Amino acid sequence: MSTPTEPHYRQPLLKTPFHERARALSQIDRFIPWAGYTTVDVFTSAEQEYFSVRNASSLFDLTPMVKYRVAGADALRFLNRLMTRDLAKLKPGKVAYVVWCDDAGMIIDDGTVFCTGPNEYRICTAERQMDWFTASAIGFDVRISEVTEEVAALAVQGPTSYSLLRAVGLAGLERLKPFEHGQFSMPGASAPITMMVSRTGFTGDLGYELWMEPADAGVVWDTLMRHGGTRGVRPIGSQALNMVRIEAGFVLPNLDFVSAAHTLRIGTERSPIELGLGWLVDFKKGHFTGRRALLAEQTRGPRRQLVGLDIEGTKPAHNSLLYTQRSGRTEAGSITSATWSPTCKRNLALAMVDAPYIATGSVLWVEIYLNRELVWERRMVRARVVERPFFAPARRRATPPAEF
Amino acid sequence: MGVTNRYDAIIVGAGHNGLVNACYLARAGLKVLVLERNPFVGGAAVSRSLYDGFTYSNCSYVCSLLRTEIIRALALPQHGLQIIPYEGGCTMMRDGGHLAVYDNHDALRREIARHSPHDAEAYERYVRDMLRHCRFIKPLLLREPPDPTSFRPRDIHELMFLGKHFHNLGEARMYDTLRFWTMSCADMLEEYFESEIVKAHMAGSSIIGTALGPRSAGTAYVLLHHYMGSIDGAVGAWGFARGGMGAITQALASSFKASGGEVRVSAPVEQIRVRGGRATGVVLDDGEEISAPVVVSNMDVKRTFLKTVAAEHLPAEFIDQVRKFKIRGSSGKLNIALDGLPSFPAIPQGSPAMRGDLHITDTIEMLERGYDDWKEGRWSRAPYVDMLIPTQIDPTMTPDGKHYMSVFVQYCPYQLADGDWTDAKRQAFGKTVIDAIGAHSPDFKDLILHAEIRTPKDIENEVGLTEGNIFQGELTFDQLLFNRPVPGYAQYRAPVRGMYMCGSSTHPGGGVMGAPGANSAAAILRDLGRKV
Repeated sequence: MSTPTEPHYRQPLLKTPFHERARALSQIDRFIPWAGYTTVDVFTSAEQEYFSVRNASSLFDLTPMVKYRVAGADALRFLNRLMTRDLAKLKPGKVAYVVWCDDAGMIIDDGTVFCTGPNEYRICTAERQMDWFTASAIGFDVRISEVTEEVAALAVQGPTSYSLLRAVGLAGLERLKPFEHGQFSMPGASAPITMMVSRTGFTGDLGYELWMEPADAGVVWDTLMRHGGTRGVRPIGSQALNMVRIEAGFVLPNLDFVSAAHTLRIGTERSPIELGLGWLVDFKKGHFTGRRALLAEQTRGPRRQLVGLDIEGTKPAHNSLLYTQRSGRTEAGSITSATWSPTCKRNLALAMVDAPYIATGSVLWVEIYLNRELVWERRMVRARVVERPFFAPARRRATPPAEF
Repeated sequence: MGVTNRYDAIIVGAGHNGLVNACYLARAGLKVLVLERNPFVGGAAVSRSLYDGFTYSNCSYVCSLLRTEIIRALALPQHGLQIIPYEGGCTMMRDGGHLAVYDNHDALRREIARHSPHDAEAYERYVRDMLRHCRFIKPLLLREPPDPTSFRPRDIHELMFLGKHFHNLGEARMYDTLRFWTMSCADMLEEYFESEIVKAHMAGSSIIGTALGPRSAGTAYVLLHHYMGSIDGAVGAWGFARGGMGAITQALASSFKASGGEVRVSAPVEQIRVRGGRATGVVLDDGEEISAPVVVSNMDVKRTFLKTVAAEHLPAEFIDQVRKFKIRGSSGKLNIALDGLPSFPAIPQGSPAMRGDLHITDTIEMLERGYDDWKEGRWSRAPYVDMLIPTQIDPTMTPDGKHYMSVFVQYCPYQLADGDWTDAKRQAFGKTVIDAIGAHSPDFKDLILHAEIRTPKDIENEVGLTEGNIFQGELTFDQLLFNRPVPGYAQYRAPVRGMYMCGSSTHPGGGVMGAPGANSAAAILRDLGRKV
């Protein structure tokens, strides 16, 4: 990986260990910045990349995910005070989806915690957290270090992902259940490559995430691409991932919520309850940051909530306002994420909706602007609050996963 | 000389606030005369040529705070004003290192992380908090501060606005706001950063134009004052007025004349005439009297009331308060014509940091020591400089290949411990600054073609600012909002009917904002029963 790099004031974005592979396969030069790295938005076509997740196998470079190692005698106590879930239940080899909040119970960020040993954890998150973690670590015997650049990460997702990983030699993978991780090896150029594999992902489908030494990244990528064979494995960019994550009902910071560590205006922070993540909050485990505020909110009921919408028509309702009636007189909230779902054949959205309208089955009206060859039309279309996730195939949980 | 022309309003001083005020009054249909004692307009926002082919921004040198509302309302772009954001900034360190500030978020994060990964992340929290404070203060800038002791409906309404605005912050931020407005900059930065160089770089703007050190209470606000401007929506961005800061006052004068206003230069006002408790006009130094029912002073509050209005017309306590108003001289300025672009080995080749504000003070301690010198009545032996070379961006100020460098210097006293300023002392002050810069640039001294060295005394003599204070009064909490310039007189009205203030001595203060001029015009027009 030791390619000479330009200084940061000429080239502010870093390149991941997969960058050169990705650059070679990028047909339309669509890169976007993500957490300080340059990453692929679209390789060829978001549609085609989308179908590799739902039909075969996809590779997504998630190296820019910010990673921390947390260890020390108080690591568990520290995490249990920091996060809303009870991590005492998280044993080595397990992964948990978590959120953490400020004192007011507003979300700072979400992420995953990997228990890698007694009082040893890895945290994966979208944005840098050292400032908050350090402040939260006062009084705990715990060491926190950022390991983002030390770990290359690749998501292998899709119904054939298990077969693909078996084909490249990951023995024992059939025993790995959802939200478990373990050490696996595959043949490398000279010696076998050992890496951590977790059965996790952001697609709502069968899939794995591979966490490896940056030096192994190129070989792993090449090996996976070689074994895709006629069934197809292809790299995907952020756009395709965004489509599948909406189908799976997952939230993204800066799209569905803004971290309470960044908001400038009052009232734009969001609590886990408002984001529909109340199931991540464990009031029985004792004190944790934000507990009192969240308890009050749970008693009072949230003022608004993130819900899934099924919208008439086929035009994705990006950034639309929601109304209680077709007349558009009373606002009821707004869309945070939207996509046409090629698998469900539904026009889907996540929306932050005022409390009176959050019940499943509620009908709302969405304001959509249609571009008819530069003649713009405003439409009010009907939307129904529906259950999330929109798409949850049984294959994602099957252990052992089905062979293809 | 007898009474000449009659005007609806006379503005004393053609600084940017005087001209903003004049523009608004003229646009409301008043017959307005602006009187300026210098042979040129601009006050402390001037571009002058003191060396053949070179234009200097002689006093103020960068722009961010000038209110967009004013630029638009007075059509300043149509009158030639263009403001171009600059690209970064840098503090050079004594050990040859540097900390640069870049426009690009990721470049900046990696730059700060070179010094401290912790600070790179803490910077995000710092920016968030500064932006939150800006959001609180911004709506207050273009409003007349309410008098908290008054029961006039307007005051009650404005107080309610202020109260509601404050209340809307929510509990936690109400506490934060009060702490912030009274804290020292050093204490405030300590809550975010661990790296000395990061703190030193951020601290610079907390002491500019202020006779306080970074450890003095109240300096955190001064830092915010420099952060709350914006260019085209980019909060905190600073830029160059194309053609120097005089471009701002030239555009204002042009806009004013287009509205039918009249400017007279080389017309020093000796006295503001008062009869029967009413301002009736002005008397020039040659004895000429000009009458008008409204007289607006763009001069600072001390110069206005201690030198230009006879004390017999003013309340004793008011005069006493004016005397106590802190408007101390603490900064000097060098304007330097350069034969070429000086090299700064600490700054990496090709770094855009060079096209921004450059500094050589690398610890808060060094900044505080500089202030110690001021307290003892001498200029800082290791001065803080805010140094820019606008000609890397602005092609209009020098011949091609030559450069103009603006060097703001802190601290420099108005009154020296060892007696009055002399030519020799001015030269020695200049040498201190040039040597300090030369320590970071081997070719700098050889490139100097001409240097204008300005002490606080020089700035007072030329511009008329008391003690050469660039803000017409320091920007600390005790001198802000309804206490600026004097409690009970924060609403632009003098104790004499028909007389008004519009300079930076009034809310919301200095920094080439134009807001005092605009707010004052609104107060005048309200008093005249005109539509604002």
